[in-house]
Amino acid sequence: MNDMYFTGADLDQGTIKMQARDVDVFYGDNHAIKKVSVDIEDKTVTAFIGPSGCGKSTFLRCLNRMNDTIDICRVEGEMHLDGENIYDKRIDPVQLRAKVGMVFQKPNPFPKSIYENVAYGPKIHGLARTKSELDEIVETSLRRAALWTEAKDRLDQPGTGLSGGQQQRLCIARAVATSPEVLLMDEPCSALDPIATAQVEELIDELRRDYAVVIVTHSMQQAARVSQKTAFFHLGELVEFDVTDQIFTNPKDSRTESYISGRIG
Amino acid sequence: MNDRHIVSSFDRDLDGVQIDLVRMGGLVEEALRNAARALATGDTALAQTVRKGDHVIDALELKIKTDVARVLALRAPTAGDLRLVLAVMDISSHLERCGDYAKNIAKRTVATADAPDLGDSTNALRRMSDFVEGMVQDALDAFIKRDVKRAKAVIDKDIEADQIYTTLFRSLLTHMMEVPHHITTGMQLHFIAKNIERVGDHATAIAEQTIYLVTGTLPEDDRDKGDSTSLGLAETAS
Repeated sequence: MNDMYFTGADLDQGTIKMQARDVDVFYGDNHAIKKVSVDIEDKTVTAFIGPSGCGKSTFLRCLNRMNDTIDICRVEGEMHLDGENIYDKRIDPVQLRAKVGMVFQKPNPFPKSIYENVAYGPKIHGLARTKSELDEIVETSLRRAALWTEAKDRLDQPGTGLSGGQQQRLCIARAVATSPEVLLMDEPCSALDPIATAQVEELIDELRRDYAVVIVTHSMQQAARVSQKTAFFHLGELVEFDVTDQIFTNPKDSRTESYISGRIG
Repeated sequence: MNDRHIVSSFDRDLDGVQIDLVRMGGLVEEALRNAARALATGDTALAQTVRKGDHVIDALELKIKTDVARVLALRAPTAGDLRLVLAVMDISSHLERCGDYAKNIAKRTVATADAPDLGDSTNALRRMSDFVEGMVQDALDAFIKRDVKRAKAVIDKDIEADQIYTTLFRSLLTHMMEVPHHITTGMQLHFIAKNIERVGDHATAIAEQTIYLVTGTLPEDDRDKGDSTSLGLAETAS
């Protein structure tokens, strides 16, 4: 766990996985995100924090075009994954979401077996040619999500029969199964007890070795614990984006300080 | 950033530790003042009062540490709040040490009560003590007012405190070399001088904490820490 303590210098060397430039998001007339530019680094956990309605989840959902499903939502500006504009007409959002996986607030396993939950993505994306290949993907994914030992003897049982924390890890396994490059997590621990939360946090730290992880959280302490970079959103604006240590010990903007220290800002 | 917290008991906790710290600071200043006066006037009764009063300072330090631990555990303070509780904890340690030095000076005052004064040294010690006590006072005022400029002035003053100490060291050394019979008293007075000099260092550290609290970074230590007392020795010996 020692390597969680990155220095600013370490972070500067990180390669940029995703890049947003002057992104505006509108829900009808409501200007939800205002000119946000941000670099998401590879193999780094980036936390988005801010009060409810500040736009952090909206912005997160832009990163894998989940907002496409909302009719009145309009996204402007540029967003790149490995230098490629993800809002380009040639990009298939379904393929994009296999590369940029997502885990939601409430665990939402499919009403299928544990095995099928994990195997579903690789199957529809044609990632496995044989049953044994698929078995391997399921095992690797469950191991990555730290669920294998608990689930290996009950793979044929329904995913919904697992505990809340296990269900969330199953959803992480499902997201990991399509070999994504970026993992988006929208308050992944808000419905979990402290032990399950600790397990998911430990897992996030493990996942950072292979992926760029972006997490939206309402828990300041969680953001401080798991992330190396933190972005603070307020009223649709990106107020401050810096190394996590800096944000939590000596933020530059008084709005950030008011928010993280629990003041009326 | 003077906004109150949404949870008002958090504000009460933070106010509480600061009130205790200021009280502790007041007691330390008083102990230093009384110790210096007792030394200058040979007032052993006052010296005994200083010795006996130190446990109140120690108890306050313990209370502050306990309360700060509670704030850290229950409130998980961040940013300015975090720096505040860390600074309070650190400053309380420095004040506690200053209290110990005052107590030690008082103890030595009792021990040297019947000894002859070595030249003007007790008066010189009192002047030095007044100077250093002023540094502690300024450092605490700077903390209360979050005044970086004043804190920096305290840090600058420490050089002067060190110079006063060096002068006293040389003078005491000369006395002891001239009249070996005075070595016991000379050593006692030297320890007192060293104690007072150390109080100046703690005042400096308190000022540094104030700068950390306000700016988020500790000032860089670019002062020359060379011990000039060794030069004094060389000069006298040659």
